Amino acid sequence: MTHDDRLSTILATHSGRPGALLPILHDVQAAYGYVPEDCYQPIADALRLGRAEVAGVVSFYHDFRAAPAGRHVIKICRAEACQSMGGAAMMAGLEHALGMKIGQTQNGITLEAVYCLGLCACAPAAQVNGQLVGRATAEQLEALVTEVSA
Amino acid sequence: MKIWVPADAAAKACGADAVAAMIAHQAAQQGREVQIIRNGTRGMIWLEPLVEIEMDGVRMGFGPMVPGDVPGLFASPESHPKAVGPVEEIPFFARQTRLSFARCGRIDPLSLEDYAEAEGWQGLTRALELGPQAAIETVTTSGLRGRGGAGFPTGIKWKTVADAEASQKYIVCNADEGDSGSFADRMLMEGDPYCLIEGMAIAGLCVGATKGFVYIRSEYPDAIRVMEAAIARARSASYIGPALMGQGPAFDLEVRVGAGAYICGEETSLLNSLEGKRGMVRAKPPLPALEGAFGLPTVVNNVLSLGAVPWILTHGGAAYAEFGLGRSRGTIPLQIAGNVAHGGLFETGFGLSLGALINDIAGGTASGRPFKAVQVGGPLGAYHGEDDFDLDICYEAFAERGGLVGHAGFVVHDESADMMALARYAMEFCAIESCGKCTPCRIGAVRGIETLDRIARGEADAIEILQDLCEVMEKGSLCAMGGFTPYPVRSAMRLFPEEFTQLREAAE
Repeated sequence: MTHDDRLSTILATHSGRPGALLPILHDVQAAYGYVPEDCYQPIADALRLGRAEVAGVVSFYHDFRAAPAGRHVIKICRAEACQSMGGAAMMAGLEHALGMKIGQTQNGITLEAVYCLGLCACAPAAQVNGQLVGRATAEQLEALVTEVSA
Repeated sequence: MKIWVPADAAAKACGADAVAAMIAHQAAQQGREVQIIRNGTRGMIWLEPLVEIEMDGVRMGFGPMVPGDVPGLFASPESHPKAVGPVEEIPFFARQTRLSFARCGRIDPLSLEDYAEAEGWQGLTRALELGPQAAIETVTTSGLRGRGGAGFPTGIKWKTVADAEASQKYIVCNADEGDSGSFADRMLMEGDPYCLIEGMAIAGLCVGATKGFVYIRSEYPDAIRVMEAAIARARSASYIGPALMGQGPAFDLEVRVGAGAYICGEETSLLNSLEGKRGMVRAKPPLPALEGAFGLPTVVNNVLSLGAVPWILTHGGAAYAEFGLGRSRGTIPLQIAGNVAHGGLFETGFGLSLGALINDIAGGTASGRPFKAVQVGGPLGAYHGEDDFDLDICYEAFAERGGLVGHAGFVVHDESADMMALARYAMEFCAIESCGKCTPCRIGAVRGIETLDRIARGEADAIEILQDLCEVMEKGSLCAMGGFTPYPVRSAMRLFPEEFTQLREAAE
């Protein structure tokens, strides 16, 4: 199902490019929302790699998803600077409000951890559907939660 | 009327886009002619979004702005409640020595005109006049050392690559800035991308490399966008491409995007990732300088090392070496983060004391509660308490005190910090991010979490086991990931032993 024109186009775009596997995987994920397993073999063939090598790269990097994310993706920074500004409590508050735990996908929402967004001087930080949020508060995130659930 | 509203990711995260939209809306309603420039940030993040308006030739600041503050901007800017006066006279800004960040926040990041007017391309022009050998000597004279954390002399690295014989060489910029508390790379790429391009072009010219890669972490979408746009513009204007500045050798650039692996900030892991492999750390030797990207001689430098180079070539190595302390020459962009009143980027010569940074520059904690500890150099850096406030910020002083400057991120914690939880987090982070190649890191981090949990349960003998484990990780790991994870753990135990023992007493 997934080995369609989109994959062929992506592979053609990166043809002959040195070290093309990561750029290909980024494009595949952008096109499909995740990296479908049945893309491994065609990618491997195009790059003259083994299927296992492609699978190994996909599983190594946190960014590449084995299954589609929710319609809404909320990333919460768990790193030290955000911890120093109450990030853990903020995360707990959000987990409570959403009725889910970090790392889960439920009701169209994916809640996941990120380790630093480079917003360490305006912590705690989060990212909601790509939009960065600094000085994030429980109230503000609750509002965003309502917004994305609506 | 010229108005600057930063498009830096931190400013945007604090609402800069909404403020810019409101300014445009209000101006249109009032029929005012307004030119909105989306600059980088000045680095005073507590004031973001920091709007600037040019008045009588001076840029006056207003911040932190919310859209509701905008109408007052036009009516009576002088008496605006968010007015902070001339931006460059704010003490936090005025006290800095801005060399690498001289343009950041001042110019339109993507304007080639702005860049050229503000000393842009002068370093590259000078390097072309000097020729590779003399240009490398200038960098060596400057005393510049790797700003990514390792502190290796940049000039020596460049000479090694220059002396290597190969049909193709590469410049790789390490922009995989994953350390919590660090954002200087991001700030420079978003606020002054041509500075990095110029630094890389100089490096390419010096070592005979015609191709460069900027490896940027995927968590920095704004930096990726700005760098890609800047590279395209610099190429169309013939600053880079088939002939540097239209006259020199070829040099072209490409952005490569990471995929959420902290370990790829380690240079050999980054090279594997660049080649499309798992980001596994390589054993050294061979040095990347001789067998780097695709097995060919490669300069791998941090954004800040390369970003310092244009100034050095423009003003001379000796001028740069006049700043600093001991063997740490030049300036360092200190990134003040976490629980601080005045968080942001402060570029200064090496040698400022830790106490001055936290009390005077950062203005103490944001919460107003007493300071407890500062973690210096990212998740692999040690915690320091008030006893270390006498430490001068330079590579040697921190190393002597069991710590590291690293990429110069300072994460401040107030008295509410739970040091046991932070120590556990250090091990947890290592377990999540370990590449898995060497056992002390891969297994040690997991055992570290378990052992800290045992300590928390009151098992006294576990403290000794943790100390022993830390020693194994430090001495036996292949790279800094496993090797330095013990730094935050042991320093937390050394500074606050009661937090690792009172739990035991409570359990008894």
